Amino acid sequence: MGNMIRRYGTSLTLLICLLTAFWLVMLVIVPNITLLESSFRPYLPVTEIGGPKDVYTAANYMKVFNGAIEISPFGFSFQIPVHVLTFSLTIFYSVIVTLICFALAYPLAYFMAKILHPRSLPTMFLLLFVPLWVSEVLRAFAWWIILALKGPLSWILMQLHLIDHEVRWIVGYNGVMIGLVYTYVLFMIFPVFNAISSLDSNQIEAAEDLGAPWWRIHWRIVLPHAKPGIASGAVMVFMLSAGSLLVPSILGSTTSQWFTQTVQQWMLDALDWNTAAAYAFILLLMCTLFVSLVMRVFRVKLSDIAN
Amino acid sequence: MSAGIDLQNVSCDFGNFRAVDNATVAIKPGEFFSFLGPSGCGKTTILRMISGFIEPTAGTIKIGDKDMKGQRPNQRPTALIFQNLALFPLMSIWENISFGLEVRGVDKATRRAKAQALLEMVDLPGAADKMVSQLSGGQKQRVAIARALAVEPAVMLLDEPLSALDLKLRQHMRAELRAIQKRTGVTFIYITHDQGEALAMSDRVGVMSQGRIQQVANPRDIYNNPVNGFVASFVGENNIFTGTVTNPAGGMAGFDTAFGMFRARLGEQAKSGNIKLYVRPEHTILSETAAAENAVPVTVSEVSFEGAFIAVHGKTASGQTIVAEVRNDGSATVPEIGAARFAHFNAAHASILPDTTAVA
Repeated sequence: MGNMIRRYGTSLTLLICLLTAFWLVMLVIVPNITLLESSFRPYLPVTEIGGPKDVYTAANYMKVFNGAIEISPFGFSFQIPVHVLTFSLTIFYSVIVTLICFALAYPLAYFMAKILHPRSLPTMFLLLFVPLWVSEVLRAFAWWIILALKGPLSWILMQLHLIDHEVRWIVGYNGVMIGLVYTYVLFMIFPVFNAISSLDSNQIEAAEDLGAPWWRIHWRIVLPHAKPGIASGAVMVFMLSAGSLLVPSILGSTTSQWFTQTVQQWMLDALDWNTAAAYAFILLLMCTLFVSLVMRVFRVKLSDIAN
Repeated sequence: MSAGIDLQNVSCDFGNFRAVDNATVAIKPGEFFSFLGPSGCGKTTILRMISGFIEPTAGTIKIGDKDMKGQRPNQRPTALIFQNLALFPLMSIWENISFGLEVRGVDKATRRAKAQALLEMVDLPGAADKMVSQLSGGQKQRVAIARALAVEPAVMLLDEPLSALDLKLRQHMRAELRAIQKRTGVTFIYITHDQGEALAMSDRVGVMSQGRIQQVANPRDIYNNPVNGFVASFVGENNIFTGTVTNPAGGMAGFDTAFGMFRARLGEQAKSGNIKLYVRPEHTILSETAAAENAVPVTVSEVSFEGAFIAVHGKTASGQTIVAEVRNDGSATVPEIGAARFAHFNAAHASILPDTTAVA
């Protein structure tokens, strides 16, 4: 702080601190606290707000357990509340998206960090970033067109005689997963690239010199070194996927439902902001718990990710 | 099991730059062989070609009579010790040492026992479960040696492994490396730019400059009978005189210089080009009266005390500095600055050699 005052002067330092404080308090903390507070209050007509019925209750949170439906995956039939099912599927498919992102990002990141000539790196970065210049909505729509029944993908595969009739690609969660992988794969590539870049190439050569085949070099040397980068990429891709609303809305099929869409329906269709807030906090809390659990399992510390 | 290495007309180009130029050398099984040269002379490239990380542009490399062409580093019977050691920081010491065995599918108990045995050999018995970051520089050095020895290589390749250590430790590790080499009988190929290290440790030394092997000989011959000016200058100090060869006969020749006619041994390569006379400071003697031959009158200009010896600098009338080293054993008197002396040397100690240092 003393350093900052010396460098920027008292008034500028004060301004910077006040702006930061405003952003943090007014735009992050207060809205969240308001949301949290309202999530514990019932949805009431305006006249009854503040009246005897307006008491703190966890009823909004308990609504996820309403409305059981019967599902039978792999021949096992059981009852499950519909919103719990939506939530579970959201987590499940977000995990799949994270795994696909890792499978795509790791070879590319390794190639960029250790094989590609450093002179070509800026070109590579540019190629990776170009899609980001288009807005997320347009990108999702582009995929919606590509994957359409009579869209370009079906047409090309037909021309190549790989398929003999047009395929409906956006079925179940396919479209959502393709869209999410495409949107968030960069959040995996860059942390993993950074982590692998910091690995001394001599270690790879030393392992090879000691007789290790390529897969063992990756398993014992590169992957353990890149673990913090992989963890930070995985956390980002998972959280962004589970919290994404746009991609599931545009690329979803009739049989896909994302938990964020449920939150949106409570808020905009049912106009019940209190329950919507409760659902939003359930998503936040459960995702945080899930991530902490996975990090514990893979022995990654939060400080590793921050590095 | 150690193996010899045969380099036959090996060259290596990086684009237009020729890093190694037509290198031919036969290294015997069980030999301690050093490549000595300044940085950029191609010695590391030779090492990387032997270990398989670089393919030679031309020529063949044989390890134990087997052509290594197309063999990846993980298929060659070599073990490389990197300049920065490249220990695996996320593995414990014993896992580091037994990594090569793990790769070969050896079971854990055997690996652990082997690692323990190697740790005892390199004098680090208690370090098995420590992490790399807990060890000092010299200890890491030993772990790197143990890790390379664990795979029982036929050839050990060492890329300036002592350069990061301080002087005392370096001297200690020199002796240790030499002892380990003798005990295991493995062929050692050692890369260094430190002539003291190369001369003290090696059975034979290959001196390199600008991609070419200049001379291959035992340390004594490298120092006493260098083939050219580069080798003479790289392995030690010299007083150098310019002149022309006259009356060569029986390995000796006259050498006509600005200070008169000298006599010295005639080097085999001193045929043409820039020929000079080289004599080492410890073979240069200062006396009050002129000797029968090879004497130059000088005025003492500087006396520097180096510990084991005293370097007396004399200036000739033409301004050339001639250095004579006097052993600090009390036998010789050190002249005062300004005193007039004669610098002279025995013809058997001086060599007439081509000066290759300036040739591109």
